[in-house]
Amino acid sequence: MATGMRAELATPNPDFLGFENYNGVLTLHGTIMIFLWIVPAGTGAFANYLIPLMIGAKDMAFPRLNAIAFWMVPPGGILLLSSLITETPGAGWTSYPPLSTSSGQVGQMTWILSVLILGTSSILGALNFLTTLLTMRIKDMTFYDMPLFCWAMLATSALVLISTPVLAGALILLSFDLIAGTAFFNPTGGGDPIVYQHLFWFYSHPAVYIMILPMFGMISDILPVHARKPIFGYTAIAYSSLAISFLGLIVWAHHMFTSGTPGWLRMFFMIATMAIAVPTGIKVFSWVATIWRGKLRLNTPMLFAIGFVALFLIGGLSGVMLASVPFDIHVHDTYFIVAHFHYVLFGGSVTGIYAGIYHWYPKMTGRMFNETWGKVHFFLHFVGFNLCFFPMHVLGLQGMPRRVVQYDPQFATVNMVCTVGSIILAFSTIPFIINAVWSWSKGPKAGANPWRALTLEWQTTSPPAIENFDEEPVLWSGPYEYGIDLELIEDDRSVDELLEEVKAEM
Amino acid sequence: MKIPTAIITMLFGVVITLASLWYGQNNGWMPIAASQEAPLVDGLFNTMMTIATGLFLLVEGAIVIAIFRFRQQPGDNTDGPAIEGNLPLEILWTGIPVVIVVGLSIYSFEVYNTMGGLDPMASGDRQVVQVAANPDAQISGLIPGDSQARPDRVAVGVGASPQTQGQPADVEVDVLGLQFAWIFTYPQSGVVSGELHVPADREVKLNIKAQDVLHAFWVPQFRLKQDAIPGRTVELRFKPQIPGTYPIVCAELCGSYHGAMRSQTIVEAPEDFDAWLQSQIAMTEAGENTVAMVPETLSKTDRLALRTADLGVDDRTLAQLHHTGHHH
Repeated sequence: MATGMRAELATPNPDFLGFENYNGVLTLHGTIMIFLWIVPAGTGAFANYLIPLMIGAKDMAFPRLNAIAFWMVPPGGILLLSSLITETPGAGWTSYPPLSTSSGQVGQMTWILSVLILGTSSILGALNFLTTLLTMRIKDMTFYDMPLFCWAMLATSALVLISTPVLAGALILLSFDLIAGTAFFNPTGGGDPIVYQHLFWFYSHPAVYIMILPMFGMISDILPVHARKPIFGYTAIAYSSLAISFLGLIVWAHHMFTSGTPGWLRMFFMIATMAIAVPTGIKVFSWVATIWRGKLRLNTPMLFAIGFVALFLIGGLSGVMLASVPFDIHVHDTYFIVAHFHYVLFGGSVTGIYAGIYHWYPKMTGRMFNETWGKVHFFLHFVGFNLCFFPMHVLGLQGMPRRVVQYDPQFATVNMVCTVGSIILAFSTIPFIINAVWSWSKGPKAGANPWRALTLEWQTTSPPAIENFDEEPVLWSGPYEYGIDLELIEDDRSVDELLEEVKAEM
Repeated sequence: MKIPTAIITMLFGVVITLASLWYGQNNGWMPIAASQEAPLVDGLFNTMMTIATGLFLLVEGAIVIAIFRFRQQPGDNTDGPAIEGNLPLEILWTGIPVVIVVGLSIYSFEVYNTMGGLDPMASGDRQVVQVAANPDAQISGLIPGDSQARPDRVAVGVGASPQTQGQPADVEVDVLGLQFAWIFTYPQSGVVSGELHVPADREVKLNIKAQDVLHAFWVPQFRLKQDAIPGRTVELRFKPQIPGTYPIVCAELCGSYHGAMRSQTIVEAPEDFDAWLQSQIAMTEAGENTVAMVPETLSKTDRLALRTADLGVDDRTLAQLHHTGHHH
């Protein structure tokens, strides 16, 4: 779908998807990638899988609630995709009224309902994560013994619980405007479209952090394992997640600097937004310091994890620029924004998800993936991504707005480069999918702990037994205490044997 | 003899600083700066580019060096050193970003104030809602609320810079965004046009409204953008400087033909502007005001012209607009 859009934009004229379809496809692309890929895969799948394992619990706190949350995703997804057959929603994933209330009713209502279903699923999930993390850690595990992914999920769940209900409220009001003829956001009836924007972004800016914080956590867990070195500044990384979560709630109007917002408000949100650079910077610097002087195993999960840091940095730097009101007024709703959020959500979140999949693949399937094809995937991903999205910064600055199917012919060459990049990106998923499917049954057996990692999920069998642990797991080291048992490992004893020994002593 | 690490680090620092300073000023990523406000934004952008380039080289450089220097040696299965943190270093890399963002905030505030973003006449939001006049019309018009009658009417947007606050602009233009065209009305002379003519080196004030859905008025060369919002009037005040023809782009998704919603602004010497205005007045008097809807330079804007024709923006719509326009 995304490559379809790029194919359309290879030439300045609408000749592939056409005017009407393009807006439908762009709305679905945004909605699917956010609500059906990054949010469920990142916060849903990984959190559900890893939290109980990492804290030594048998299951989540509310298994039935969890099942409901999970089974809400497929109907939501099918409903959204059904709009391809009936009528596509054409108002973008933001669905600003009055456009969203004055164009196709069926498509827009389908969109609202499916997002409501997926949003509810996400709220139920968050409630579950929070309860599990607070009450079900094994004896002896304090907050400061938790892997950083757990800290990130604490921050993420709080964000989901506070902000998602507001989106639900906004969408319900929008649907009343759409089908019942009310005028909450309709200026011809005395409503105000700006109110919708405030409500929408009160969720949708935190949503960005909902989509990136879990990956911050995963990266903080993956880097130390393959660098064989403790995470640099555990406490700082843990608290910076909470700081981002808090600041993330008070920056929403930076999406509205050119909208109906007064000057003082623009200034307040500029300063709050800039402040986020500080905790985010702490994380980036700490990650670099973690790999610095380590003994890097440059395998596929490590490459994706380092790639995450490299790509996310660019998204972070352009993010600070965008916080500045006078500059944002120029580039708002242009390809500069498109480049920025793809660096955060694709270069960041999706690269992070890939790192997570490769890192925990042996745990999930009990088998190793093929290293060579994993690396091929990484290089295609990295090259294709930068080729596709880096030139978009310049496009935006030069004057190309986003969400257009037709553009000034002077931008044709650069757009062609972007399209080539997107085709490489599309092809990069082929080795990934084949590798994942093939290795699941044919890959070499992985054993409990192929990476010699220290967090609890590696203490159980791969894949984990029913109720996760055959015997009660034991917390015998901090999550990142690499480099301490140096002599013992030189003794040629594996982590498993060490574990046995510790258990015997207890 | 080995060169001390401190000296190598310092050399790296100098090289990164020089490279960032050069690239920050010479990135050439911005289009021509054609308004008084544009160089201010460019100055800010170049400063941010300098800082961003420096951080980019520093972090990505460290990553690349780490990949080559600290990769696992064949046969070495031991762990790295057990370094868990370094408090002074962590305080340093928290403190430096704090200083940077505080500095950038102050700089941005100054630029925004100089541009007129904090002009109390433009930056408040004492919104008065307008109610639809004739919802059954082909394009429903908005009758202005009592905001129009009040002399202290306050809109949002970018207003006059501190030096010219309180003074009326030299030229005022009412801008109306509708699916999928821009219509410019010069209230002093009653001229209606499909493209925006403005005199160079004169203060121009746009009163931006939207007829149907959200649009956004953007001239990349002016570095100015403002959403057009149904139900309220927003202000955009600026001083064009370099004569030329620049695109006007709609930057807020407004429907199927959003990408085709383009027009142009012509910055010309004040005498040329007056001549153009006179010719338009003459044409209006001759009852040919629709001529202005199709710009003379058809080759460049034929797409727009075609679109406006497609969507029924014709004499009838214009007459209707004219009708609503008479209220103020």
